[in-house]
Amino acid sequence: MDSVSDPALLTLESCTVSFGGLIAVDELSLQVRPGELVSLIGPNGAGKTTVFNAITGVYPLARGDIRLEGTPLGGLPPHRVARLGVARTFQNIRLFRGLTVLDNLRAAMHHGSDYDLLRAALRSRRWAATEARLQAKARELLGLFELEGRAEEPAGSLPYGEQRRLEIVRALATGPRLLLLDEPAAGMNPAETQRLMDLIRSLIERFSLTILLIEHDMRLVMGVSDRVVVLNHGREIAAGTPQQIAGDPAVIEAYLGEPTH
Amino acid sequence: MSQQLINAISLGAVYALIALGYTMVYGVLRLINFAHGEVFMVGSFIGLAALSVFHLPFALAVLVAMVGAALLGAVIERGAYRPLRSAPRLAALITAIGVSLLLQNLGMLILGAAPRAYPPAIDPAPIAWLEERAGVVVTRQQVVILAATAAILAGLSLIVSRTKIGKAMRAVSEDRQAAQLMGINVDRVIAFTFCLGSAIAGAGGVFYGVYYGTADPLMGLMPGIKAFVAAVLGGIGSVPGAMLGALLMGLVETGVSSVTLRVSPSLVLTGSTLRDAVAFAVLIAILLLRPAGLLGRPGREKV
Repeated sequence: MDSVSDPALLTLESCTVSFGGLIAVDELSLQVRPGELVSLIGPNGAGKTTVFNAITGVYPLARGDIRLEGTPLGGLPPHRVARLGVARTFQNIRLFRGLTVLDNLRAAMHHGSDYDLLRAALRSRRWAATEARLQAKARELLGLFELEGRAEEPAGSLPYGEQRRLEIVRALATGPRLLLLDEPAAGMNPAETQRLMDLIRSLIERFSLTILLIEHDMRLVMGVSDRVVVLNHGREIAAGTPQQIAGDPAVIEAYLGEPTH
Repeated sequence: MSQQLINAISLGAVYALIALGYTMVYGVLRLINFAHGEVFMVGSFIGLAALSVFHLPFALAVLVAMVGAALLGAVIERGAYRPLRSAPRLAALITAIGVSLLLQNLGMLILGAAPRAYPPAIDPAPIAWLEERAGVVVTRQQVVILAATAAILAGLSLIVSRTKIGKAMRAVSEDRQAAQLMGINVDRVIAFTFCLGSAIAGAGGVFYGVYYGTADPLMGLMPGIKAFVAAVLGGIGSVPGAMLGALLMGLVETGVSSVTLRVSPSLVLTGSTLRDAVAFAVLIAILLLRPAGLLGRPGREKV
């Protein structure tokens, strides 16, 4: 915002996403600096998940510009965006349910290098070394999230809380610089949410990540965010530190004022 | 009895080679590729040319047919299905039927409708010592075809379970969009799946031609539909399911073949006429009783 050299990792510039006549995201601008954790909050239907889908290339932009460290993402297919270092989790868990936990990670890790079918067939030493390295990395990730005992189980058979964690691990397995978390605490109890909160903060350090978080749990949002951006009807209505947001009358009216939260 | 079993397994093997392509393509694309039987037919003719025009050895002819069929599969996917990736599924299905008809008629135009003799690339005579000792007629053809089929199936299992692209295929069939967001190039995975399924069907085409001794442009129709029934029976989208379904179809058809039904003096149904009817009865029964198939996972439609 204050520098010409664009220090942001992620930049959204007056982004608009529309479905037919419906404008889901309206002229949204946003900057996320490296190492920052920015939360997107807002009532249901405010366009938060649409922002994620626009960043990852699932929805095209009607207008505007999205850049990752200066590289424009507009028009790139989702797998290319992912390979540039953007990973996400899903609000409704979308693991590869029939694959084992380990294979979920390996499927996520395998992108990038070309498909070495021939080498796999010949069982060359390099193929074996790569496999071993990926395997070790996958096991290490699972260990961090206390899932190592589940490695050979089908992902769909895991209890709910573990599936949520596995979603985060799978996203990390792609080696992202920017991690988009879509309601990671949904359906968790307060103790689990607290653990998740600590985990998310530790991820930033350990993986030198930058995180964009969508979350309805206000304790989580207020506890982990460096900055909070509030959306309503696809537009930014407020942005600032958690303290600033908590006291903003517009936010209270649009969101926090709702008795259900 | 054991004689029937061997015949059933031979027939089941050919069905399996076709059924796998149906089930794999369905897995990644949720599309019944009705042109798959024609890929089998083209593979058979490529094998025929390789054997009788170029006089290649059997193994090489199979390989050439597999490569040719894989290329055809890639062209079909690229030309007919990829442009329809975001179109309603019905559009792709009707296109598949169109491609099937196109290839059948193109075949008749180029090759003529008359069946052509397939060279007996492998000795069709029964293996003498087996006949003497066990009283079972097993031909060298059957042994070679079964061994080759087993090798192909083993190779396929290895590809699907062990390689990157195999994992990517499974990831795509679980959740195409999530796979994409994990950096998997879905178009490439789908193209590869078509190539793989088509190559296997191409090998099946050569085996079929050698086994039955003929090839014609409409030869893909019945085996194609039977293999489709096998894939549905096993659970469409499931690779082991396709193998199991094909084996069962081979057993059912061979079993029925030996039956003669005297409905009335003027209406006698022999096994060969009953066979097709029973195959379709199996399809109807499975759709009514267990639509997900024997090894399929019941109704989880993805949005």
